[in-house]
Amino acid sequence: MRSTHVRTTINGEAAEFLCEPRQSLLEVLRDILRLTGTKEGCNDGNCGACTVEMDGRIVPACLVLGVEAEGAEILTVEGVARGNRLHEVQSAFLEGAALQCGVCTPGFVVAAKALLDRNPDPTENEVRLWLANNLCRCTGYDKIVRSVLDAASRMQQETAA
Amino acid sequence: MTKTANDPAGNGSRTRYEPNMVLATQQFDVVGTRPVRHDGTDKVTGRAVYGADVQLAGTLHAATLRSPHAHAKIVGIDSSEAEAMEGVYAVVTAADLPPAEDKIVDVGEGNTRLAYVHGNILASGKALYEGHAVAAVAAASPHLALEAAKAVKVDYEPLPHVLTAPEGMDRGAPLLHDDLRTKEFGTRSEEPSNVAEHVRWTKGDVEAGFAAADVVVERTFDTATVHQGYIEPHNVTALWNHDGRLHIWCSTQGAFVVRDVTSKILEIPVSNIKVTPMEIGGGFGGKIPLYMEPVAALLSKKTARPVKMVMSREEVLLGTGPTAGSHVRVKVGASSDGTIRAMDATLAYEAGAYPGSFVLPGGMCIFAAYDCDNLSVDCYDVVVNKPSCAAYRAPGAPQAAFAAEQVVDEVARELGLDPAAFRLRNAAKEGTRRADGPKFRRVGCEEVLQAVLDHPHYSAPLGGANRGRGIAVGFWFNVGLESSCTLNVNANGTVHLVEGSTDIGGTRTSVAMQAAEVLGIQAEDILPEVVDTDSVGFTSVTGGSRTTFATGWAAHDAAQKVVAEMKARAAKLWSVEPAAVDHAKGVYSSNGQSLTFQELAGQSSRTGGPVSATATVKPRGVGGSFSANIVDVEVDPETGKVDILRFTAVQDVGKAVHPSYVEGQMQGGSVQGIGWALNEEYYMGSDGRMRNSTLLDYRMPTSLDLPMIDTCIVEVANPGHPFGVRGVGEANIIPPLAAIANAIHDAAGVRMQRLPMNPAAVWSALAAS
Repeated sequence: MRSTHVRTTINGEAAEFLCEPRQSLLEVLRDILRLTGTKEGCNDGNCGACTVEMDGRIVPACLVLGVEAEGAEILTVEGVARGNRLHEVQSAFLEGAALQCGVCTPGFVVAAKALLDRNPDPTENEVRLWLANNLCRCTGYDKIVRSVLDAASRMQQETAA
Repeated sequence: MTKTANDPAGNGSRTRYEPNMVLATQQFDVVGTRPVRHDGTDKVTGRAVYGADVQLAGTLHAATLRSPHAHAKIVGIDSSEAEAMEGVYAVVTAADLPPAEDKIVDVGEGNTRLAYVHGNILASGKALYEGHAVAAVAAASPHLALEAAKAVKVDYEPLPHVLTAPEGMDRGAPLLHDDLRTKEFGTRSEEPSNVAEHVRWTKGDVEAGFAAADVVVERTFDTATVHQGYIEPHNVTALWNHDGRLHIWCSTQGAFVVRDVTSKILEIPVSNIKVTPMEIGGGFGGKIPLYMEPVAALLSKKTARPVKMVMSREEVLLGTGPTAGSHVRVKVGASSDGTIRAMDATLAYEAGAYPGSFVLPGGMCIFAAYDCDNLSVDCYDVVVNKPSCAAYRAPGAPQAAFAAEQVVDEVARELGLDPAAFRLRNAAKEGTRRADGPKFRRVGCEEVLQAVLDHPHYSAPLGGANRGRGIAVGFWFNVGLESSCTLNVNANGTVHLVEGSTDIGGTRTSVAMQAAEVLGIQAEDILPEVVDTDSVGFTSVTGGSRTTFATGWAAHDAAQKVVAEMKARAAKLWSVEPAAVDHAKGVYSSNGQSLTFQELAGQSSRTGGPVSATATVKPRGVGGSFSANIVDVEVDPETGKVDILRFTAVQDVGKAVHPSYVEGQMQGGSVQGIGWALNEEYYMGSDGRMRNSTLLDYRMPTSLDLPMIDTCIVEVANPGHPFGVRGVGEANIIPPLAAIANAIHDAAGVRMQRLPMNPAAVWSALAAS
């Protein structure tokens, strides 16, 4: 099958790759670019483990074709930390024990960051609604929801300081 | 926040409500605190390497061809077209596996016939369920492998199928295995049957007990097949090297089980196999069995290349792990003074295609919470045309509790007694003998029920119409098995901890904390590493709630050896006898002189060289865990939809080593139970095929379906463990099914006897009432 040359921006850096038309963005990230932080859980958009940000929207990377990434700006879990500093969502997850096996965590981190970018002070219900696309089988969501709320207050304190 | 048993709120009262309470009975310096887990940063940044992230140079990708039929004779397999495709390297079928010897193998949490493991890995002669693996193809890319697998032609002769235990037990039911005879009371049946085993346990005289009862309730219950639902699909990479050594990288709950079972299947010595357990994306029991490891190994042998296999979600649902659907009859009788006089149950569980439904642990646990003189339990293990069952968190017990805890509730209501007080009055205690024989040592059933009665949730107003509250209790044994641990002391006073237990939920940290406690250093100064099977002593599966208990115990013992060695080093420096050196909280002292652990570690080179210790354990002091739930629901009379309004999980864990991760286990198990109760099921067509094999249609709970899950950790120290640990992973999934059913009854007056209790089922029950 003929490959297509795609130019894109991933985690703030220019990236280019060759992919087959049938390859999803998830396959491209994982198998071609070796950005394996984005996980496959279902490959049909129902689990959220492969959530990435694409041009400011969160999408399941398994439902985007690699060729659609042409010219796009993509953020994966590998790009969430700011240099040597973890994002508040990541720190809150660590301290709040919001992960067990950790395989859904990259998707939750990307989705939660996107929520807080839009809504810096969400209610519990807003967090639950936003994260309803992300399945976690280990935690029962309690500590995830608490950690996202905690990250929101950490970010607000930083802004105020 | 740590509270004491007498002061749960920590403020001198018993009423202030905390969403997560610890009723602690023993305090330590490190054990019982909440450090950040050692592997956490890698997991929030995407750097942690899971099985599917392994990518060796030159890797081929393999795909599996699976049976489209629930039950069919395999008349012939023609792989010539697939093999001729460009980019296809090899095809394997059951004919490529060495013939299964008739022997018994340890498969992680028990034994089974090698032939069953063998037959499930690649079907031979017959396909026994939709999704049964028939052939696998290695090709240059995953897409090519899938196309090639579809090009393998299989000639099937479909056969009639059976899907439930009662159907499978019928005389005249289609038989899955011509050679399967019922093992029953020490004999084997003459005729072939789908019933692999029938076991009966009795204690006392149930007929006399029922005769002495004023209230007797008898009902039957059915539960649907459900899946463990881990988010990470099964995966493996295998490299059969030119020197004959086989290296396997995979997500597994037990690297040594993968090694040992692969050795038996492929008939190569264990010393020729190295298994590297990668980070694992959930297991819950379902990543104990082997599915693809021997297949990938064979394909690697044929191609002299690394071969990688990753299941799709559909393959996970069709080809792996579900837990048994069940049919359970329970009869309970009590006298008007509130004493349970007799309990009687018959459990028939679907094993799937091969024996092993976990009905026996279901039968052992069904009445374990009760100190009753007259018990009778019959268990039937029935093969049906569904995927071969795997363990799922307290395997067998939730189905049993769904039945027993509803009947117990009904008896309490008929007697006009509070359901928690009724259970407490009849609760199992030290010395209570279970139906299957064992006598309880110190257990926390009474303490758990007392915590339910004392919990502010239990007496809080329901606050609205169509609402109800239910409770239920559950018991799980927990297991010990075998573990190894090595500690290597660095000159800067940090310690590398080497273990063989796959870390699924923070056990690197809970194990390291126990070593830190003994050494008197910080949890952060221990650096735990889970290593391959060549690099650590034998370690059993991460399962049975055993890792913090048993691998933690090995870490404790290794740390004690390090302390003894450090005493010897200090004695050398001070020219005293080692016995004259005292150790407390990381400080070694003698005759007014003292050195810290870090200082002594820094001097190891001049006191005799590196300090390192290994310990192995096979603990006997396993302590069972009781759990309970209080749950409030609202039932929508228009639609039958059940909303969980408030949920409290109570569990005796012995000692919560890391309370946050203990709470996480309780919350996670509770929510899996909620999914099992309300939504999840294998929805089967009349053709025996699953109709909902996606995560859209196999609907697990989302964050939006749930409230916060409150926890109450009860600590009744296990006298059999150095820190009192019992284990926490499993008992929490047992009560939710029945607790929710009892709450629905309280809210709407309907007794739900079948799972799932989805809107259609509840609406039908409301309409019929």
